[in-house]
Amino acid sequence: MRAAPATLAALLIAAGGWPAPLPAAEHIVVGSKAFTEGYVLGEIAAQAIEAATQEPATRKLGMGSTGIVFAALKSGAIDVYSDYTGTLAEAILKRPDLKSADDIRRALAGLGLVMSAPLGFDDSYALAVKESFAAQHELHSISDLKRVESALRAAFSYEFMDRKDGFQGMAASYQLHLAPQNIRRMEHSLTFQAIDDGAVDVIDLYSTDAKIEKSKLRVLKDDHGYFPVYQAVWVARREFTEQQPRAWAALTQLQGAISERAMIDMNAQADIGHVSFAKIAAQFLGAEAPRSQSLKSSILLRTREHLWLVGIALLFSVAVGIPLGLVAVRFHAAGQGILIASALIQTVPSLALLCFLIPLFGVGMRPALAALCMYSLLPVVLNTFTGIRGVDPKHLENARAFGMTRRQVLLRVVLPLASPTILAGIKTATIVSIGTATLAALVGAGGYGAPIVSGLSLNDVPTILTGAIPAALMALIAYGVFELLGWALIPAGLRKQA
Amino acid sequence: MLTLQNITKTFAGMPALTDVNLTVPKGATHALIGSSGSGKTTLLRITLGLIPFDKGYVKINDQALSSFSPVQWADQIGYVPQEGGLFPHINAFQNVSLMAKLRGWDRLKIDARVDELRKLVGLDVPLLGRFPFELSGGQQQRVAIMRAAMMDPEVLLLDEPMAALDPLIRRTLQQELKSIFQRLGKTVLLVTHDLGEAVYLAEQITLLHEGKIIQSGAYRELLRQPADPFVSAFINAQRSLPDASEVA
Repeated sequence: MRAAPATLAALLIAAGGWPAPLPAAEHIVVGSKAFTEGYVLGEIAAQAIEAATQEPATRKLGMGSTGIVFAALKSGAIDVYSDYTGTLAEAILKRPDLKSADDIRRALAGLGLVMSAPLGFDDSYALAVKESFAAQHELHSISDLKRVESALRAAFSYEFMDRKDGFQGMAASYQLHLAPQNIRRMEHSLTFQAIDDGAVDVIDLYSTDAKIEKSKLRVLKDDHGYFPVYQAVWVARREFTEQQPRAWAALTQLQGAISERAMIDMNAQADIGHVSFAKIAAQFLGAEAPRSQSLKSSILLRTREHLWLVGIALLFSVAVGIPLGLVAVRFHAAGQGILIASALIQTVPSLALLCFLIPLFGVGMRPALAALCMYSLLPVVLNTFTGIRGVDPKHLENARAFGMTRRQVLLRVVLPLASPTILAGIKTATIVSIGTATLAALVGAGGYGAPIVSGLSLNDVPTILTGAIPAALMALIAYGVFELLGWALIPAGLRKQA
Repeated sequence: MLTLQNITKTFAGMPALTDVNLTVPKGATHALIGSSGSGKTTLLRITLGLIPFDKGYVKINDQALSSFSPVQWADQIGYVPQEGGLFPHINAFQNVSLMAKLRGWDRLKIDARVDELRKLVGLDVPLLGRFPFELSGGQQQRVAIMRAAMMDPEVLLLDEPMAALDPLIRRTLQQELKSIFQRLGKTVLLVTHDLGEAVYLAEQITLLHEGKIIQSGAYRELLRQPADPFVSAFINAQRSLPDASEVA
């Protein structure tokens, strides 16, 4: 038992001494959302800035949602990212009445943000049919569908069917009458499969969708101008545009420079050709592709980031969870409060928790660490509580009868007897943290989650596996380490009994 | 000498002990006997200084419990819990030496004292390295007695020392316990519900019933001059099995 505190201390020092892979603060930080077009535009912005400033830019690409990336921008954790006028008006400003780019720009200026002019392509809902089908029926615009409406078979995504500016409004605007039995609602990615197989004639999609090319589709012209236009723009912090004029100029040079054709091509290269975002961006900018990291060095970097996240969460759960567990045993009312609070934290979905934490911690390592620390608390608190409550009260009374002080009873009797249960709690917290830490990528904290998130958006299984396999290995290794720790920390008399 | 004087204790208004008086002279072995609910466990916990009481005094050599710190008092009374009560996570040696170590005894002094006690209770050296679950009930009981005697207390207090042992081991250990007590030369109070154990180990017996002392004296006196019909009833209830003539 005497070895235990020393072992623990060594462990803490080892974990705490790990170098923090936090980026230097002075670099320009580019963010992006976690879908193909977001990654491509993010990489283009980063490389354009690097070329203009001759300084490396920090990439925080693939952040979880519009909410997260926008919160990151407002808090100054990122300097610039790409978004769409419609999304900015509806999802962020909550002002669907703002139609023109100028109106939206004025509203954003009130938040200290600068919006560029449109980059040159629109991303909006569109209807598409097979080229062959279009040729056969001479279809060029949505109005042309009227001619074939009686037999037209459609597959539409749930969102398109349910949105006010989706199917219902469009059908009314074009006086289009499809037979209800000919409309299938399905998951968006499956509609491509349906039209490829000839099961349907028309689907909804985004106008820059990469699969338009692959599936040989013709996008029908919205000749009534029904669908709201989502123009791609840069959104940046005003301070950034003022302090880094050259970087901002490099970005504004791209205004009007990215055609719909070019964007579709780039999305297709990523989605279908599995070309790296860096290479696609370099090609577009007419520059040489930056040397891509080898798989080994990128996994090493991810491992360091992941270990850092899990290590800090582990330290926190031990340093805070065990004392909280002790308090919970000692004071009944406070104890119930602590147990309920730490259980409640577990019920908050991780993406939501990250969203709540961004206003407090910004983006990157800090909100990810905060979330992981909160999630890892319950197993340790609960197991400390259960382990101590499970100590036979006769041993406590005997210890007092032998004249032990409260402190001696705790250190010599209670904690050793509860140690197997407490250690099991720490083990659970660690293994859960290794899994949960993959979500840290959604707030730009890196780790094994980064390839998982980008692989998911590209539907690229090998990329997903470069994050998922090391994460699983780390969990296995952690399991093994805790088996060994059990030998070091659990008193021999209890170990042999088990 | 251990003295319990006018001890009175109530739990939420219900009397648990009423005016209990008991003296165990130096070096004597005394048994406190009663069935469950008689108050003997409450009296044991009071004697150990674990719970407060309403009235009376607990004294060792005429010095009251209240004049000792809890730690000092613990050193005056060596306690052998039911079934030995060894801590399961440490080995026999560590169990015996735990309190001495916490009091800062040096290693040599600890080793010497443990060895002295080991010989006294007749425990083989290798057994000291074993964990409680690797020891038999009788061996655990001996280790527990070593632990109780480690700090050289004035009084030994044993709670149901034989209860958990099987009958054959009981018989052997009973004989050994008696000689161990003699060799230790301590004032011994054992608390039990078992008349056989009390009669065999102790010179004097005190019968406790519903929180009151019914009778105190040698077994012979309890048998021949019962102070109350309950004494005879208690003794008869615990007499040995029916003899051959009584079995059809």
